[in-house]
Amino acid sequence: MAGVQVANVSRSFGAHKALDNVSIDFADGGFYALLGPSGSGKTTLLRQIAGFDFPDAGRIAIGGESVERVPVEKRRIGMVFQNYALFPNMSVADNVAFGLSVRGEPKATIAAEVQRALDLVQLGKLGGRKPHQLSGGQRQRVALARAIVTKPRVLLLDEPLGALDKALRVDMQIELKRIQREIGITTIFVTHDQEEALTMSDRIGILRDGRLVQEGPPEEIYDRPQSEFAATFLGDANIFRGDATGSGIKLPDGTTIAASTGASVPAGAKASCAVRPERIRISTGAAEPDPAGANMLTGQVSKRIFAGNNSTYFVDRDGQTLKVIVQNTGAERLAEGEPVVLSWSPDSTVLVAAA
Amino acid sequence: MADQLAIGSRRGLKPALPLLLPAYLWLTVAIFLPLSAMVFFSFMTDLPLAGKEWAFTLGNYAAFFSQSLYSTLLFASLRLGLEVTLWCIVIGYPAAYVLAKVLKGRSREAIFLLVILPFWSNGLVRIFSWAMVLREGGILDTALNAVLPFKINIDLMYSYPAVIIGLVHSYVPYMVLTCYLTLQAIDDSLIEAGRSLGASRRQVLWRVIIPLSMPGLIAGAALIFVPVVGSFMEPRILGGRTGTFYGTVIEDQFVAVFNWPLGAALSFILLAVVLIILALAAPVLRRAA
Ligand SMILES: Nc1ncnc2c1ncn2[C@@H]1O[C@H](COP(=O)(O)OP(=O)(O)O)[C@@H](O)[C@H]1O
Ligand SMILES: [Mg+2]
Repeated sequence: MAGVQVANVSRSFGAHKALDNVSIDFADGGFYALLGPSGSGKTTLLRQIAGFDFPDAGRIAIGGESVERVPVEKRRIGMVFQNYALFPNMSVADNVAFGLSVRGEPKATIAAEVQRALDLVQLGKLGGRKPHQLSGGQRQRVALARAIVTKPRVLLLDEPLGALDKALRVDMQIELKRIQREIGITTIFVTHDQEEALTMSDRIGILRDGRLVQEGPPEEIYDRPQSEFAATFLGDANIFRGDATGSGIKLPDGTTIAASTGASVPAGAKASCAVRPERIRISTGAAEPDPAGANMLTGQVSKRIFAGNNSTYFVDRDGQTLKVIVQNTGAERLAEGEPVVLSWSPDSTVLVAAA
Repeated sequence: MADQLAIGSRRGLKPALPLLLPAYLWLTVAIFLPLSAMVFFSFMTDLPLAGKEWAFTLGNYAAFFSQSLYSTLLFASLRLGLEVTLWCIVIGYPAAYVLAKVLKGRSREAIFLLVILPFWSNGLVRIFSWAMVLREGGILDTALNAVLPFKINIDLMYSYPAVIIGLVHSYVPYMVLTCYLTLQAIDDSLIEAGRSLGASRRQVLWRVIIPLSMPGLIAGAALIFVPVVGSFMEPRILGGRTGTFYGTVIEDQFVAVFNWPLGAALSFILLAVVLIILALAAPVLRRAA
């Protein structure tokens, strides 16, 4: 097992910069999610680490050993492909055995290791089947067993759950996490599903247009996004744009919003504030007053979506639609068209430099 | 395939009959009738032309077994078929691989055109242009002597290698096309998966790519082997005196000696031998594919 260091890696296809000076330190034994919209360079980054493609500039090390000149087959990585890439002409057991057999391991060892790997992914009895006789979830497990049976130093997964339906995906997320913990392998997991990234990983790296936007534990990125993009891509956020005041921003209509977390932006510069929808209190304004110093805005409910355990209110305010999520506590529900007061603490407000 | 057959039999053939009728009519007229006539001829003593006397006989078939010349030539032709097929694999498979997996876009189209070109040129033109290249004082001879500092004589004309070269050139496009089709259907991620599991390029080739492209290799081999065993044009023109093969003997019976019954009988013996070889090879090939 080993960590992976990516330092200042760039890769261009023609004039297009697919990776632009990306540096990430993947800790030994960690579960790392690479998150980003389609075309942001996630696959390209994974392919540089795997060795299917080579960076124009920068360094990549696995377990402290520089691998720029090491071909794929010598890097001792395990890879799970989005389309599984199982060998259609081989049985499940032969697929899993492939990596051991090209190494020339003795037959008895191979058989035992293959059985162990298949048991680990709970497919112990299906070794004799051909890939086309399996369901999507089962193929996924075979691909995983095949990737880990060779005891690789790093496990690379490129949107491995993208082709599965929602229920199966959640099962596989739990399963994948269990297996990863059990063998303690450094795992780099590419996804464009923010929920998947949040629930599964120890750390998340957000990519956009080939650049690393932010990197850190899920809680940190969620609570303290460093850009509008990070705030809106990982979870939902209301964004206010205005001029920095030193302790928050001033909106074009003169309203001030106080923020006590986030970047320090010099007064007068353009800046934005991000607020999570579940941090905002919504009321008719008649009830108990908000604590002193709270941010406060008025608006009108334009739409309410009831989702059982919570409700989402869309509130129109000065040409902007804000989103507020309220837990279902049995309290009185607000009607569409009703004038409302929104309030939230400066602690829940993150200041970011303007995009 | 099996599914389609199952559906066909469940619904019965009747509704499909109007659709199949033209095809069956065509098969009857174009293949069954002439072939039956040839079967008939092969059992006759002479052609029933100009009021000549004729009778039924097994003598045409007996001739094959009584004269060792025919079986010797048949073996030579089978060997020719095997050699040409092997050369087509050696040349055609790598070409198909490069076309399917290495080249992209424009250059792929251009090379493809070059590969298909022999298909579009007339067979005789093709063979005679080889004759111009291969003969002494021909293009190859002149070119090599212009480049090399010492004098060499290249006269491949009227030799076994000339026959092989001509046949391989005529038939290699079949191998390229059938292999190209199976190779380009192999997902690149399978190759990458193999590499990521520690297999070298060579191991991926032998364990993944070749097994998966076996159907194309087999189809190409069958498409080449069968006609080459019966070929007569290339052996005659490029082989000269060394170019006597089973196919040229059959051709002689039809165009020179006018012994159609013997020619027909020899053809059916060839057909039977080829079918037996394919039947024997089938189980082995099916396992490979
Ligand atoms: N082999 C390639 N040739 C040309 N452009 C490529 C190649 N691979 C990726 N790209 C481009 O690089 C960008 C990033 O691609 P990719 O890493 O696949 O994105 P993601 O996996 O995040 O969706 C895309 O704009 C894509 O078109
Ligand atoms: Mg991708």
